[in-house]
Amino acid sequence: MKRIWILLSVLALAAAVAPFTGPFVILLLAQILVLGIIAMSVDLLLGYTGLPSLGQAAYLGVGAYLTAILATKLGFGLGWDFWLVVLMGMAAGAATAAFFGLFAIRASGVYFLMITLALGMCVWGLAYRWNSLTGGDNGINMRGRPKFGIELANDLTFFYVVLGLFIASFFALHLLVSSPFGKSLVGIRERELRMRILGYNTWLHKYIAFVIAGGFGGLAGVLWAHLNGIVSPVDVLLPASVDALLMVVLGGPGTLVGGLIGATVVVFLREYLATMVQWWQYVLGAVYVLTILYLPGGIMGLFKGGKA
Amino acid sequence: MDAQFWVIQAFNGLSYGALLFLLASGLTLIFGVMRIVNLAHGSYFLLGGYVALSVIWTTGSWLLALPVAALVLAAIGMMMERFFLRPLGFDPLRQVLLTIGFAFLFQQAALDIWGGDNLIIQPPPALSASVVVGGLHLPVYRIFMIALACAIGLALWFAMERTRIGAIVRATVDDAEMARGIGIDTSKVSMFIFALGAFLAALGGVIGGAFLGIYPGLDFEVLPVAFAVVIIGGMGSLAGAAIGSMLVGLADNFGKALFPEIAYFSLYAPMVLILAMKPTGLLGRE
Amino acid sequence: MKRIAVLIAGLAAASPGNSQELKIGFLAPMTGIFAQIGKDMENGFQMYIDEQKGNFAGAKVTFIVEDEEGKPPVGVRKAEKLARQDNVHLLVGGLLASTGYAIAPVSNRVKTVYVLSIAAADDLTQRDLKQYPYIVRTSWTSSQPHHPLGKWACENGFKTVSAIAADYAFGHEVLGGFQKTFEDCGGKVIQKIWPPLGTKDFGPYIPTIKRDADAIFSLMVGPMALQFPKQLQEAGIKKPVIGGGTSYDEFVLPSMGDEVLGHVSALQYSAAIDTPKNREFVRKYREKYGKVPSYYSESNYTTAQMIHEVMKQTKGKWPGPEKFIQMITQLKLDTPRGPVRFDDMRNPIQNIYIKKVEKKKLHGFDKDELWNTVIHTYPEVSQFFTYKKEEFLKQPVYSRDFPPCKHCN
Repeated sequence: MKRIWILLSVLALAAAVAPFTGPFVILLLAQILVLGIIAMSVDLLLGYTGLPSLGQAAYLGVGAYLTAILATKLGFGLGWDFWLVVLMGMAAGAATAAFFGLFAIRASGVYFLMITLALGMCVWGLAYRWNSLTGGDNGINMRGRPKFGIELANDLTFFYVVLGLFIASFFALHLLVSSPFGKSLVGIRERELRMRILGYNTWLHKYIAFVIAGGFGGLAGVLWAHLNGIVSPVDVLLPASVDALLMVVLGGPGTLVGGLIGATVVVFLREYLATMVQWWQYVLGAVYVLTILYLPGGIMGLFKGGKA
Repeated sequence: MDAQFWVIQAFNGLSYGALLFLLASGLTLIFGVMRIVNLAHGSYFLLGGYVALSVIWTTGSWLLALPVAALVLAAIGMMMERFFLRPLGFDPLRQVLLTIGFAFLFQQAALDIWGGDNLIIQPPPALSASVVVGGLHLPVYRIFMIALACAIGLALWFAMERTRIGAIVRATVDDAEMARGIGIDTSKVSMFIFALGAFLAALGGVIGGAFLGIYPGLDFEVLPVAFAVVIIGGMGSLAGAAIGSMLVGLADNFGKALFPEIAYFSLYAPMVLILAMKPTGLLGRE
Repeated sequence: MKRIAVLIAGLAAASPGNSQELKIGFLAPMTGIFAQIGKDMENGFQMYIDEQKGNFAGAKVTFIVEDEEGKPPVGVRKAEKLARQDNVHLLVGGLLASTGYAIAPVSNRVKTVYVLSIAAADDLTQRDLKQYPYIVRTSWTSSQPHHPLGKWACENGFKTVSAIAADYAFGHEVLGGFQKTFEDCGGKVIQKIWPPLGTKDFGPYIPTIKRDADAIFSLMVGPMALQFPKQLQEAGIKKPVIGGGTSYDEFVLPSMGDEVLGHVSALQYSAAIDTPKNREFVRKYREKYGKVPSYYSESNYTTAQMIHEVMKQTKGKWPGPEKFIQMITQLKLDTPRGPVRFDDMRNPIQNIYIKKVEKKKLHGFDKDELWNTVIHTYPEVSQFFTYKKEEFLKQPVYSRDFPPCKHCN
């Protein structure tokens, strides 16, 4: 519980400070929050269920492309129907995960890693080749952000909307992992065989977690499309999935909050430090390596004390 | 599509498969012994090519570049295992993630040291010709690739099956705990295999450098292909790597020639299907 | 009254309207697989700034370079940073077409000029131009050099062509441009092969090239450009090869060998252009950076020159985005690539050079090297070539399926 209060105060602080920072920083903060959502979805799989997924970018892509296609081809989602698109994005992400899960959940450990990688690359291939739908490598350009009483074109307003959705996602996931279902996921992570002997349908548990993660990935995708104003196959490439995994490992798997922390570190290094020095990628790699070596619980592990 | 077409395509597919074998054999051995997927394997491939270029630029000798590059990368692999992977103990997941971190570091270092231009490794003139066999132009270099892969494959097989070291490695692959029980120092085996994997990958990079070029980004481009081979052939199986590379080389080649529309999926879709049916690949085991 | 005067003075000083300063925000990939191209782009622009000692007709130039990593979302964020945090007067650069498409709307949002100094996507200055009042292009459209190339090929005896081009928007537009003029003149494209971008092993594709074609048209980029001619030669194919602009550009030419001798291509620039202006440009660039300039460098050098020319007319005072666009599109300049002016769609009208790879000594350098010798010049080529603008815009943008391959079977 203490963690939640800390998280909320940090977010409240960010919300209060945001109007006084530059427009560049506001966009960075929004980016951190959107990536935080997808990092949390990866954490649900990795940290809680023990499934390392290298293909979450696929669900972000599905949500993002859906948003972009609806906006540009049908003019849909630019008013109050933005909220409908949010739901549709989540549904699309979840549906894709439901389909992929049928292939992926049979595997575990590094095999799971490989198969999710391959599935992610299949989505990339589709995005790249289906020119008429996805614009191919040119991508789809969004014309502007939605407007429903408030103008999301105003970066600060958009930031607050993203913040709200992040908090909602966090609470939803927090409720999930604190529930008996969530606890059984941890049980599966620790000792799947024992869970099965106890009568749990572990396949179904893992599958449901996978689908939910896909749903949140889709949500992140909808916001991602509006954040950048363009969706292209680059958003679903392997490095994007690797980034999501990186954020969870850095921040601390199994904490949910860790995803946000990891996102902050990665975004700060990639986008902010990069504008100041040339050697930022060494810092990123070194931080990553050192965290894995010495901080198995990630950055959050520093705060947890006794807990493994 | 006459007979010539099929022969040439088969030949091309096999030569590509030869290159894949160099990449995949190391990866599959590492997995067999250490149960980890080395996500820095593509980086070893690329760095092998870069080191070879440096050797060629300073000494002018392509022949020298081969062993030097392979040995340098073997040393790097050895150090990576000894100082970074081993301290993590038996935690395959974290070890895999660690290799990703290194892949990033290697990528940036390569860019800083060798720049970003697209480079080619020029093989000696003897290998750059084409022989004409039955009306078909067969590049000597591709023949060389196939020959080298066969030679290395045979050497590895012989080492695994007929030497004491090979027996030790096989014992570790079969059951690491038992191996330790009978006195085998499995961490030394891990280090040796990791170095060997790097050696083979680097060799692949030098050979491939004439064929694929050497440029930033190649590391992450060859990685998924190496995975496809290892997965299809079976993780941990050398024979699987050989069969897998041949299959992938031929399928990729014929797929692109006959069905260009599915070029982007020809690699990943079969990978997904095989993993879904047999997660350990055709010849792999749990 | 005094308070208001101070306030007004304060506001005037804060906005980027100072006559003393010109802040240029430059976007290019500095990391990732295009890092070297980004460096070439930056070097070209920087060289011009250095020649003018950082001073454009009285305005002190601040040149801020940001890494767009070859990824459109990063391009967007860096563009926003440059415009809103650094308050640049104009944005320049962007390598890929997708990046160009991503930054164009940003220019609207932040009401800042965006000069596309490389990104060649056709439609940005064609069917999409009206949406983006703040963009101007100083480089080329993908199809621009390939319209005259198609005509040249047809007039030089090639009747049938088998085409192989990288499978992405740029490749589609290049081949589209070639095919349109080639077939309008009576030629036939009898085959289209689309290897994925980044293909290095052309083993699957080369044996399928139709044996009865008079020539092969190839559009290759980066590492593909190095491998394709070699593998073609190894397969014993001796057909004439006609290439797209990037197939033999000076970015890859130094790494190529004798297998590309005699290959023909078309672009608005060749380092072998034999004018005093270009000779001087090539020599100075090579001395400063150790390599012959590619079109990436020349394009940015010339862009800097154009910006300078506008500043000369305003005596060093930034004229504001709308006026700047107006003024730059009215320029008529002599540049290393030859004479350049603009059409009414804010894209350059320039010479297109049909060039052939030869091995010789040029520009006073004492070694035999590969050069793209100019064998024919088409002057004053616009993005529409000899077609009427309205007719041209009625047809869809060149894509994988347009123009359709009527003679493929």
